Amino acid sequence: MSVFAGRLTDAIATALDRSRAVGDQLILVAMWLFFLVLGTWAILAETDAFAVGVVTGSIIALGAIGLTLIYGILKFAHFAHGDSMMLAAYVAFFALTGKVVGERTDVELPWSLNDLPGATSSIPWPGEGDFSFGYGLLLAALVAAAAMALIFVVLDRLVYRPLRRRRSGIVIFAIASLGIAIAMRSVMLIFWASSPRFYAPGIRPTTDLPFDVRVVTDQIFIFFAALVLAALLYLLLYRTKLGKAMRAMSDNADLAQVSGINTDQIVTWTWVIGGGLVAVAGVLLALQAQLKPELGFALLLPLFAATILGGIGSPQGAFVGGMIIGITQEVTVAQDLIDISPGYKFSVAFIILILILLLRPRGLFGAKT
Amino acid sequence: MTAVLRVQDVVAGYGEVEILHGVSITVSEAEIVAIIGPNGAGKSTLLKAIFGLVSVQNGSVHLAERDVTNMAPNKIVQSGMSYVPQTENVFPSLTINENLEMGAYVRRDGLRDRLERVYGLFPDIASRRSERAGRLSGGQRQMLALARALMLDPKVLLLDEPSASLSPKMVDSIFEKIGDINRGGTAILLVEQNAKEALSFASRAYVLAMGQNRFEGEAKSMLESEEVGKLYLGA
Ligand SMILES: Nc1ncnc2c1ncn2[C@@H]1O[C@H](COP(=O)(O)OP(=O)(O)OP(=O)(O)O)[C@@H](O)[C@H]1O
Ligand SMILES: [Mg+2]
Repeated sequence: MSVFAGRLTDAIATALDRSRAVGDQLILVAMWLFFLVLGTWAILAETDAFAVGVVTGSIIALGAIGLTLIYGILKFAHFAHGDSMMLAAYVAFFALTGKVVGERTDVELPWSLNDLPGATSSIPWPGEGDFSFGYGLLLAALVAAAAMALIFVVLDRLVYRPLRRRRSGIVIFAIASLGIAIAMRSVMLIFWASSPRFYAPGIRPTTDLPFDVRVVTDQIFIFFAALVLAALLYLLLYRTKLGKAMRAMSDNADLAQVSGINTDQIVTWTWVIGGGLVAVAGVLLALQAQLKPELGFALLLPLFAATILGGIGSPQGAFVGGMIIGITQEVTVAQDLIDISPGYKFSVAFIILILILLLRPRGLFGAKT
Repeated sequence: MTAVLRVQDVVAGYGEVEILHGVSITVSEAEIVAIIGPNGAGKSTLLKAIFGLVSVQNGSVHLAERDVTNMAPNKIVQSGMSYVPQTENVFPSLTINENLEMGAYVRRDGLRDRLERVYGLFPDIASRRSERAGRLSGGQRQMLALARALMLDPKVLLLDEPSASLSPKMVDSIFEKIGDINRGGTAILLVEQNAKEALSFASRAYVLAMGQNRFEGEAKSMLESEEVGKLYLGA
């Protein structure tokens, strides 16, 4: 009798397991279908908003890729990611203009990238409406990338590595990064104040794309810059020895060490690459919107939503997740039907985040565990 | 015979908790040595201490005359020792080929030759080289874990319960492989739950209990020893 009962409970347990697995698959299929339908509808009915969404999405995607990479290797939520993006944007602004213009500071360096011959003259676009910036901004982005890589590595040595040595829990790491985020925002407020700034003065030219879409020419640059960088990162992760070691460490850090991988070195490389990604994402964000200290922190929610939607630790997932969040945000706000003010844009990311956490915490591309 | 691995009076543990209270073992060239003992005896901890994953508070570890006590694992790998952990010993999201590449991470040269040599030893996984390791069965994972550790053709191989949770048939073929590896000149230090199997396979053995050496000797005589049999072989 008890044997029978045991078998019965076993059978029920397996049946439940199986139905849970089937349910999980169904939710995944439903999610993909939902986003595909939404995307198709958005392309047809809200083409302009869709285009803006793709641009916002590329910025979120680039930020989310860095976030997911850092999570994969260091296993903590890097809450300073949004503020790091904005700080990088200001570093580029400083390199470009040489200006520190806070409430009490008003300094202008005698020389900056804008003083290079022709650095400010707009890069031409083959159609009507040139880019708003010259090659000076591209150089400034490189400076910002180097600076952020350095800042990240120094912060790791000063803050995160001591915590790792002490084997601190993930909450401690997350709180530490939150502290760094607040410090970064204060630095931006002190040096550049909260009034909005721009890389180039004046109105930004627009241009026509096929299917009657009119965009700011800069947005084309933003999209392709993000795409190229994401592709380069993909090549790094899947084609180079360093990238493979990063993926190995993200799978199992102990085994990586046992295999002979110098995990300290991989951590350093992760911060260098993460710093570069954060810097480009930040410059693109400031180019799309503006330079404003609070903007980075506000982006944190969409960044996390994109990361979790894609499956935390998966760079491909972060890219797709970023696109979906960006497009959904812009399209819902553009819809007269729902009538929500653009100020509530981020609540869309928030709702998606909650739904994913409830229905499928491992996201679209996440590994089983 | 010269000792290729000599562990002397090693004291080690996790944080404040001391697990090994002075363990000594030696492995000679091309020898198979088994470590048996009850659950929680510290067998895995001993391998981790040898490999620089758990810090050694006292005593020493020498790999062929070289002091490798508390050396970083990536340095130890370079000095000719490899280690297959008890669990989670493959990278599930990497392909089989990439797993093996990670095994040769410390070397820049000769990857192709190393891969072909190891695939020659393990034809079962050779046919699936671009599949993710997470999709392999338990036995094949264990094969891949062995293969990864063999990429640098180590002098000494540490194996932590390679037969755990495998089917009897798989256990046989794993032991067969380990024999092949040993005949290639690699000394093997093997931790086993499956004490009888281990003792009939190894040339010498140590019994570890509560973080200390309890017995040591010829594996055959240990298999016949009543004391060991009563205590650890369930006879
Ligand atoms: N990471 C750890 N932190 C703290 N204590 C640990 C850790 N790993 C193991 N221990 C403890 O160390 C002791 C020895 O464990 P160890 O894994 O070395 O035993 P073992 O002989 O390999 O056992 P088994 O046959 O179960 O694999 C156990 O009491 C265990 O609870
Ligand atoms: Mg063990």
